[in-house]
Amino acid sequence: MSNRVEVRFSGSGGQGIILAGVILAEAAAIYDDKNAVQSQSYGPEARGGASKAEVIISEGEIDYPKATNIDILLALTQVSCDKYSSDLKPGGILIVDPQEVKKVPKGEFTVYSVPIFQVAGEKIGRRIVGNIVALGAVVGLTGVVSRKAIEEAVLSRVPRGTEELNLKALQAGLEEAERLKAK
Amino acid sequence: MTPRAEGEKKGRDVRLMQGNEACAEGALAAGCRFFAGYPITPSSEIAEVLSLYLPRVGGNFIQMEDEIASIAAVIGASIAGVKSMTATSGPGFSLKQENIGFACMAEIPCVIIDVMRSGPSTGHPTGPSQADLMQTRWGTHGDHPMIVLVPSSVREVFSETIRAFNLAERFRTPVILLMDEILAHMREKVVIPDPAEYSVVDRLSPGGPKDKYLPYANDRDVSPLAAFGEGYRFHITGLYHDETGFPTGLPEQVRCQAERLIGKIERGAEEIRNVEQIVPEDQQGSLDTVVVAFGSTARAANHAVKEAWQRGKNVGFFRPVTIWPFPIRELGEFCRGVRRIIVPELSFGQLAGEVRKWIEPSSRLVPLNRVDALPISPEEILDRILEVD
Repeated sequence: MSNRVEVRFSGSGGQGIILAGVILAEAAAIYDDKNAVQSQSYGPEARGGASKAEVIISEGEIDYPKATNIDILLALTQVSCDKYSSDLKPGGILIVDPQEVKKVPKGEFTVYSVPIFQVAGEKIGRRIVGNIVALGAVVGLTGVVSRKAIEEAVLSRVPRGTEELNLKALQAGLEEAERLKAK
Repeated sequence: MTPRAEGEKKGRDVRLMQGNEACAEGALAAGCRFFAGYPITPSSEIAEVLSLYLPRVGGNFIQMEDEIASIAAVIGASIAGVKSMTATSGPGFSLKQENIGFACMAEIPCVIIDVMRSGPSTGHPTGPSQADLMQTRWGTHGDHPMIVLVPSSVREVFSETIRAFNLAERFRTPVILLMDEILAHMREKVVIPDPAEYSVVDRLSPGGPKDKYLPYANDRDVSPLAAFGEGYRFHITGLYHDETGFPTGLPEQVRCQAERLIGKIERGAEEIRNVEQIVPEDQQGSLDTVVVAFGSTARAANHAVKEAWQRGKNVGFFRPVTIWPFPIRELGEFCRGVRRIIVPELSFGQLAGEVRKWIEPSSRLVPLNRVDALPISPEEILDRILEVD
């Protein structure tokens, strides 16, 4: 069970949190040939309030499909950060968008601030690809799946005609990660 | 929806699928070519996927006016010789009960998917639950046979849906596949097997002269079923009937039909039952504790049992995959001499009540119930295993 990695993406409905979770899980399961389980909060709260998507990745069988002891948490709103950060385990990684999350919770974990929506809006020109920028940042900072796998998974999921846009967004996220790691 | 082409590029068909998608794919693989339903959370994706794929394989998808009409259409399609199914959740499952009984009585093969949500009535549509367990067994009235399968992974949803169709055809009876919201909506890796890797069973077709056909013969458990319109003349009714299918009230004929209806499943039980049993690798002597669970709760239980092994506990794990007919013999043997049996479930104890009937009186039964529309965590089960008593 030691190679079980628990990832939670949190934000508000409409930010593409669930799609990001599905893409990460497909990267792990299909392109990295590991096991992966993805689940999401489902219901009215997913449309507007705090929403979350969880991905468990493991070399071995995954029994319990929900996250309880989180290795990697992405928080794209203050509300979701407050609501979903208590399960982050000591030594874990918290990635926040500093424009949205002003108050970062304290704990024995590493915090990375990535201006996800600023990058999406200014560098790529489309805030809507923020979830893909976030995926790039998560993969760049944690190596939870390979770069090749996340690239293939993004390409197989995004609508036709938007491949280039989304690859640019992914790349921008990876670059943000490199910049932070170099610090 | 799952991109089909991607996994195939690598030679193997590997996909990340929801339980509901795997159910639809399993149905197609089993030869299902008719779906009638009335979409309802948390089962709707089954209808969604089949509405897309059934027409592509020459099948038919109908969204009916309600759940009662849906099961009626499914029975009708099956009588016409087509493998058929419907999918629903608690409120719709209640409405279907009368016609499920009709299919039992008239011996019409069909598959009913029930994805459990919590509460009676409309309850909590997106909250998981396991409280339809007894309804699958006794939801329709009168003595009747019932086969119910309870997968606990997306991969198993695929294979058990195929098995549901196979058993329905083999025993000429409705088969229920029971899932919960967690399993239905979570996505998991599935390697779609090659058709050569699973078997597909079709109902027996009658040979012989058309005017001598007996759809309900008493000298065998399961008679061939002619498709309506093929030229075999027979009658179908929910009343007790004789070998030709026409109603009867003669005590001897009523008894014959009633006994055969129950007996065909009892005698086939060994073929129908399926359980998973896990014991510690270094197990010595009899188990101290056994955890019995099904569906998504079984995954938390499995996790907890492995954690308990790390702490030196002599704990076993028992999971029914076929829940009706209940694995009486397997459970009894597995729990022989066991001090304590823990039954975690998302209901007030429907499984625990059944388990209690078949274990030794000396074993202590410990129910672990959760009914707030949240899953039971491995920690809760581990706490119960480690509890000093």
